[in-house]
Amino acid sequence: MLVERRPTLGLLAHAILLCGVAVVCFPLWIAFVASTHTAQEVLQVPMPLWPGAHFWENYTSALLGTGSGSGSNAAVGQMLLVSLISALCIALGKIAISILSAFAIVYFRFPMRSFFFWAIFVTLMLPVEVRIGPTYQVVSDLHLLNSYAGLTVPLIASATATFLFRQFFMTVPDELLEASRMDGAGPMRFFFDVLLPLSSTTIAALFVIQFIYGWNQYLWPLLVTTNESMYPVVVGIKRMIAGGDSANDWNLVMATAMLAMLPPALVVVLMQHWFVKGLVDTEK
Amino acid sequence: MEKRVSYRNRYLPWLLLTPQLLVIAVFFFWPAGQALLQSLQQQDAFGTSTEWVGLDNFRNLFKDETYLASFRTTAIFSVLVAGLGISISLVLAVFADRVTRGVMVYRTLLIWPYAVAPAIAGVLWLFMFAPSIGIASYALRRFGVDWNHLLNSQDAMTLIVAAAVWKQISYNFLFFLAGLQSIPKSLVEAAAIDGAGPWRRFWTIQFPLLSPTTFFLLVINVVYAFFDTFAIVDAATNGGPGKDTSILVYRVYYDGFKALDMGGSAAQSVVLMIIVVALTVIQFRYVEKKVTY
Repeated sequence: MLVERRPTLGLLAHAILLCGVAVVCFPLWIAFVASTHTAQEVLQVPMPLWPGAHFWENYTSALLGTGSGSGSNAAVGQMLLVSLISALCIALGKIAISILSAFAIVYFRFPMRSFFFWAIFVTLMLPVEVRIGPTYQVVSDLHLLNSYAGLTVPLIASATATFLFRQFFMTVPDELLEASRMDGAGPMRFFFDVLLPLSSTTIAALFVIQFIYGWNQYLWPLLVTTNESMYPVVVGIKRMIAGGDSANDWNLVMATAMLAMLPPALVVVLMQHWFVKGLVDTEK
Repeated sequence: MEKRVSYRNRYLPWLLLTPQLLVIAVFFFWPAGQALLQSLQQQDAFGTSTEWVGLDNFRNLFKDETYLASFRTTAIFSVLVAGLGISISLVLAVFADRVTRGVMVYRTLLIWPYAVAPAIAGVLWLFMFAPSIGIASYALRRFGVDWNHLLNSQDAMTLIVAAAVWKQISYNFLFFLAGLQSIPKSLVEAAAIDGAGPWRRFWTIQFPLLSPTTFFLLVINVVYAFFDTFAIVDAATNGGPGKDTSILVYRVYYDGFKALDMGGSAAQSVVLMIIVVALTVIQFRYVEKKVTY
């Protein structure tokens, strides 16, 4: 405990933190309030600041796509499903292929081992944004446009995950391998029975980070999906906004925004411990 | 670093590496190579003929006044995002480190925007600042500010900076808080016993010890502003008014997919690649020194 007492400074700290929280949470409150009113009520200037009575109506209308705004009125339920499937595929895919590569790189001796390690490392420097044209071309040549494979496979290579598993494997005592070898276990048996269970913390931490990464993808789905039934919610919401300020069903747009924020926000808040660990570890 | 014991197997390691290598070969290296090639070629509008033009695409790019303007826009945008994002979160983290009760509550309430997609952040801020109906633009009008980001490019820039900073505060805050909590309490207490007040202690002990974290966050925030804010711009301003908020990443997308100038877009991709490589090198050269305390 600090040797001094400064009650005013303590009060100031709480005041500043509360201001920070207020600014950070204000957009969320506004979105929630707007999602519980009718479109006309939201268009009042200023709009109401307290929730209205149209919560269920708006959310069912958004989920089923029965709105009548000037933009797209696609069903948000379908979009959420697309987002969920792609985010899960991306997160699990990244974890699976990275843990296998890290296992090969750490536990085997073979020619060009470090070359492959660096090849994976270099992909850090090639985010989608710097190769969008040609990558789109590849995906379209492979006939993967408007498919889950097109949405996920090009994103599942992961240098950070491979590094993280490599670093973790380096800390696993060699004696474990020696012991399992003495018991007659082959490499894959060692991998599944020893390494995989030991990696569960790292896997959980990575899952949180990669699930959010997958759920929040925007540019890539924007390019590879042209069919309304394959839009993830993050892309779909943009298409609901068209025309002037007052032509949109803002109540439904905000309901969609709430629905789009809910799954990743829940993952962050409920798995906070793993999230913080994953964030700090992946950036080391 | 090497393991002392390892397996020897002729096929297994290759088999294990195959999925990752396939993905990076097909979706990373091949397209990146294509981008390099295309940046040296010129295609006609129908894609029927291709000719080698050497560095012409790059020459045209840097002769293009709007591209240079896009560079300036990106520079201003990233300085504002990194500067504001880092200072606001540092202030919040310093006070969160000071309070004894409720740290977890504050932390939870401050970190959730990390989970918000940039596109959603753009939509939320667009709604609050919509010129005719937004609650924030209404409040601004009451104070005599006539907000219209559809016409005024400064307003548009403010809007995307606000949305981008709002989304990034959570990330910076977590790292600063972790950094502050790892500073030994004894150092701070010793200074307090010597009569240094909180202000002095912050500048002479905590801030210098945090400098590796700050530097690391600076690089990360610049990378974020350069590459991860495409969705914010696309959702909030569409690069407008005119091209006044079209940052480099938005330009690549626009020129390649809307204006269909493949050679020019590929040249821009190569320029971006050089920027990423430079940023990554800086990050790995200096961030090694991150943990000094």
